[in-house]
Amino acid sequence: MNKKNTEYLINRKDNQYEVVIGLEVHAQVLSESKLFSSSSTKFGAEPNTQVSLVDAAFPGMLPVINEFCIKQAIKTGIGLNAKINKRSVFDRKNYFYADLPQGYQISQFKDPIVGEGKVILDMPNGQKEVGIERLHLEQDAGKSIHDLDPQNTFVDLNRSGVALMEIVSKPDLRSPDEVNAYIKKLRSIMRYLGTCDGNMQEGSLRADVNVSVRPKGSKEFGTRCEIKNVNSIKFMQMAIEYEANRQVDLIEEGKTIDQETRLFDTKKNETRSMRSKEDAHDYRYFPDPDLLPLEVSEKFIEELKNDIPELPDDKKKRFIEEFKLSPYEANILVSDIDTAKYFEEVVAKMGKNKDIKLAVNWITGELFAVLNSKGLEISQSPVSAKNFAILINLIKNGTISGKIAKTVFELMIDGDKDPQKIVEEKGLKQQSDPKALEALIDKIINGNREKAIEYKQGKEKLFGFFVGQAMKASGGKANPQLINEILKKKL
Amino acid sequence: MSDITKQSLTELVENIKNKKLSSTDVTKAFIQRSEKSSELNAYITDDFTSALDKAKKFDQNPNLDLKLPGIPMAVKDLFCTKNVKTTAGSKILNNFVPTYESTVTENIWNEGAILLGKLNCDEFAMGSSNETSHFGNVQNPIDKNLVPGGSSGGSASAVAGQLTPITIGTDTGGSIRQPASFTGIVGLKPTYGSCSRYGIVAFASSLDQAGPMAQNVKDCALLQEVISTYDPKDSTSINFKRNHYSKELTKNIKGKKIGIPKEYRVDGMPKEIEDLWQKGIQYVKDCGAKPIDISLPHTSYALPTYYIVAPAEASSNLARYDGVKYGYRAKGENLIDMYEKTRSEGFGAEVQRRIMIGTYVLSSGYYDAYYLKAQKVRKLIKNDFDKAYKKVDAILTPSTPSSAFKIGEKKNDPVSMYLNDIFTVPVNLAGLPGISIPAGHDTKGYPLGLQIIGKAFDEQNILNIAFAMEEKINFKNKITDWWIK
Repeated sequence: MNKKNTEYLINRKDNQYEVVIGLEVHAQVLSESKLFSSSSTKFGAEPNTQVSLVDAAFPGMLPVINEFCIKQAIKTGIGLNAKINKRSVFDRKNYFYADLPQGYQISQFKDPIVGEGKVILDMPNGQKEVGIERLHLEQDAGKSIHDLDPQNTFVDLNRSGVALMEIVSKPDLRSPDEVNAYIKKLRSIMRYLGTCDGNMQEGSLRADVNVSVRPKGSKEFGTRCEIKNVNSIKFMQMAIEYEANRQVDLIEEGKTIDQETRLFDTKKNETRSMRSKEDAHDYRYFPDPDLLPLEVSEKFIEELKNDIPELPDDKKKRFIEEFKLSPYEANILVSDIDTAKYFEEVVAKMGKNKDIKLAVNWITGELFAVLNSKGLEISQSPVSAKNFAILINLIKNGTISGKIAKTVFELMIDGDKDPQKIVEEKGLKQQSDPKALEALIDKIINGNREKAIEYKQGKEKLFGFFVGQAMKASGGKANPQLINEILKKKL
Repeated sequence: MSDITKQSLTELVENIKNKKLSSTDVTKAFIQRSEKSSELNAYITDDFTSALDKAKKFDQNPNLDLKLPGIPMAVKDLFCTKNVKTTAGSKILNNFVPTYESTVTENIWNEGAILLGKLNCDEFAMGSSNETSHFGNVQNPIDKNLVPGGSSGGSASAVAGQLTPITIGTDTGGSIRQPASFTGIVGLKPTYGSCSRYGIVAFASSLDQAGPMAQNVKDCALLQEVISTYDPKDSTSINFKRNHYSKELTKNIKGKKIGIPKEYRVDGMPKEIEDLWQKGIQYVKDCGAKPIDISLPHTSYALPTYYIVAPAEASSNLARYDGVKYGYRAKGENLIDMYEKTRSEGFGAEVQRRIMIGTYVLSSGYYDAYYLKAQKVRKLIKNDFDKAYKKVDAILTPSTPSSAFKIGEKKNDPVSMYLNDIFTVPVNLAGLPGISIPAGHDTKGYPLGLQIIGKAFDEQNILNIAFAMEEKINFKNKITDWWIK
């Protein structure tokens, strides 16, 4: 594909504008308990049932670092090819809000736990590197509920104190498509690592989106606006598109862009000003005196490194080399850890005489279609990798045709049945006995004499008619390859 | 026994262990004296009924192996006590009943002691005279209308007035040692990290430390032994080998080198304080220890440093008192209005002043000039001590630049009030242990204290020095029971 054609630009009269995007992704750390308390982090519990005295900021309560969350953050840092800081500091970010019980959020400001890193995106026109500025740990706030009562706001503190990783990218993204790829890649890496479930519906992954525009070719950045707390990729893309166009319109009208924080209204599909730079909070960051600086040893980091599974980029490389997959196929299989797991299990179960291409086609074709229609994740697949492998082998060794295999597959879905048994019980085994097939074909030719003559006289498309008749007569079980061969001989 | 309340903790423990006294006898005696002492206003909340029940229960099946068997004890109202109202001396917590117990008080009850009640203190421990308490002034048992010092004023008054055999206070900039000095008792501020801060209403987290206040050094050592434990619930708690302070207590301090810092000879210091210090140096010699002149060059920066660091932390620590979750809440038109009214009505003037100072020094544009610089100076102050401790084993200074003053005398002059902490504050900034022992009287007959500052985790050493000096000083507190009708 031509690189020029894929460039995302905003056109106005004679001017073209490039969009510059940076993301601050808030990823909830996958852990049983909160960052500084032992309360559960389970999603969907009754309001205020997962709140400790620490989470509710009772007098004299003190935070104690959850070591597991530290490990998760470091693992994520390793997954982002980033520098792990052996010394990091927790700071207090001070502001008042009803769902912030302490009156401050414990975060990391000057000394984050993870420094610079990078992720690689696979875009249609090739690979793109996106820089990571930093990753830091912080507490989530509670939730204010404004729509339960006309007079009062209710507060649910279940989320208060849950560990978040804020992953800040460099302003390296240039289009909504790249943002889509970036979020998916981050999610993929974290799911491989088991450090974030990436569930956007449950708020485990959300982002603040920084957008600015500049004339194409310009080296300087424009004034940016930050769109707060967008919780789906689709909304991020819509928000960027709206915001970039809004900024371009301002420039075209000769106006300036104010640096400000904006909100994306998903109903109206527009961004609205929330507060200007002048109104920005003074968070009065300072090191939290209740927590000593966090120091981790080289050994601690090394042990975590040994614990890192094969990540998508490496897996993709291996799939291409080991299984001779195309980069496209490999991408589809590795982007989600559960798909990769399923695929590798199928490969393992297929044994020696395996047809990997066939397995890939069936996973990305039939299996994905069924999962889609049933709204299931591959981890919930109604067909186990073991039975799936048997099915592929049945096709490969000629026991059933591809067409019959589709019938068998449909029967397998209900209760993960063994395809071998289905084939036997329903008598679906392919007829590959040449003598029997010859007799069958003789019968058909005899019954259709006129058409046979027409074929001989040059009406070649009648060949298909004879194949169809033979298949029909065999109940679809005849080996199509043999039918072809015999028909050619006999006609 | 009619003189139960005159007995020291050590004597009471002995008498209970020897079954000469029951916990009920002792508890009753302190309750009766406390009830007759309402004019001191030492208590914010009493728990007398419950205390007597606990004493009776203790006597039914006494465990005499405990360190504080059936000993009644009132504590500063900054310690959260389960099911007993805990106010921190503030209106904003005037209805707050914790469902949990601070580690320090838990340790005390685990050793058999019984809660008598909660003692008055400056609001959120911010004050040097106990005049900032929402629950009114505390009287010094030494004389009518004399402040007991602060912020642990109620605690000091209760021990000096024999309303409790012993107590605990907290010390952020001198809040144990200064009131101990003003009331003629012993007060120890342990090394930062020695006693858990879990369950203590926070003032300034990097400085706050709980400690014992007692009639004598031995009692003080015993209580320190009980309250100092490593606590994983406090990330700043330090896991070091703790001595059996009371058992290991010795008067043999021969050959110890005691530093005398020249910078503590401040301008305008009354002659009687200088005289007291000189006497103290003589006592040190009498004990066989050796005074050595030292320099702590950054001492004069300690007070301004403290009054940046402490309010900065306080401004953030006190943000949780917003009327949303617990404590006092004012009605407001909206959230912001509710916050403003709650905090304007709930906090007193001194607390508001410090929140404003703290907010200011942390603001962007001022952070580097104030907070960051203060942190750097704090490091220099600590370095001064580290350097000095290469030459000496402990340091001797006056506890306060004056004796107790009259109620109202400094109330409207915050700077003069802050100057009270000039000798105690450097110790908190450096995280060191310091003990104040009564060492003499001024011309008015008011007590004066001497401070012994130790190396980090070296509580045993300063307790030993205090123990040895105590004998030489032979201090007698002049208490007339003027407040008892």
